[in-house]
Amino acid sequence: MNYTDTDPSNPATWSLFFAAWVLVTVSTLGSLFFSEVMGVPVCVLCWYQRIAMYPLVLILAIGLLPFDPKVLRYSAAFTGLGWLIALFHVLLVAGIIPESARPCVQGIPCSETHIALLGFLNIPTLSLLTFTAIGILLFYANRMESS
Amino acid sequence: MNKKTIFISVTGILLLAFVLAAAIYKNFQGASGGRNQSVVERQSAPVKGPDEAKVTIVEFFDPACGTCADFYPLVKQLIDQYPGKVRVMMRYAPLHTGSDEVVKMLEAAHLQGKFFPALELLFNNQQRWIVNHVSQPTRARGILNGMALDHEKMATDMNSPDVSQAVQQDVADGQALNVKATPDFFVNGKPLPSFGYQQLSQLVKNAVEDSY
Repeated sequence: MNYTDTDPSNPATWSLFFAAWVLVTVSTLGSLFFSEVMGVPVCVLCWYQRIAMYPLVLILAIGLLPFDPKVLRYSAAFTGLGWLIALFHVLLVAGIIPESARPCVQGIPCSETHIALLGFLNIPTLSLLTFTAIGILLFYANRMESS
Repeated sequence: MNKKTIFISVTGILLLAFVLAAAIYKNFQGASGGRNQSVVERQSAPVKGPDEAKVTIVEFFDPACGTCADFYPLVKQLIDQYPGKVRVMMRYAPLHTGSDEVVKMLEAAHLQGKFFPALELLFNNQQRWIVNHVSQPTRARGILNGMALDHEKMATDMNSPDVSQAVQQDVADGQALNVKATPDFFVNGKPLPSFGYQQLSQLVKNAVEDSY
């Protein structure tokens, strides 16, 4: 295979993208662990967040080897969408968004949470934190690359 | 170390961690098997098969669940396969929207000794009373109206505290046993190692060998 290692203008940029990739991969495997190994039911909103999260594993990987700065555009769109859905989900669980705005009808209510790490970290909160962290990493990667 | 090597090693480490964690978790779950019999069984729940059978399959089911309908003949077959040795106890897990009303009808039919005919009627006509995975209690009632039942008594029983208490007990025990999908089986208190007819049949075979 003809593999050329193009370098970003700033070497730290690659590391930031790589860190973002590690984060999405750990989150993807983590969410699969919850649903497939532990058997936690997956609600509709969780699926929407998965739809935004899972492609990032491949998109970021392809952008890393060889390095392609355009990966930022593609991954930012997924991250932004995922972040918005995660925020909605967190507000719903917290009860800030009213019952009537609830999009989940089939058997598994989205306002119900199953896992509480350290007493307060439920899955929607983890998701929001992860999307936020990816956003921050991508933001700094962009700043370094353009400066 | 070049970037490609870093990338591939990290991928390998993450996948390995996932597989290991899954194996450890499954192992841990398996060790905690053999549940409290008083949570798994409810004395007054509908039972098919002889009372003196030493092997009890407890099935948590939703009348609106397609897989439950598919499993029903297979479970009956297990009872016939070990005559006098195996019985099945049916417990309600109304996970579909609207099913909570339908299981009350089944419990009311059970009070008249007609649980299994009512269940078979509902299972065989699922497409007539379930729309987009949502149970339509009025339609289910319409189907049950065709049965030879004391319908007046059924209407009263459906809303009686005894019936809703039986259903609530099943729902509470289902939650305690971590029933998140239907059908879910327990054979003499033991959960299936993984879902499937083969696994159920094996678990029943082992239980029969242990008990007789």
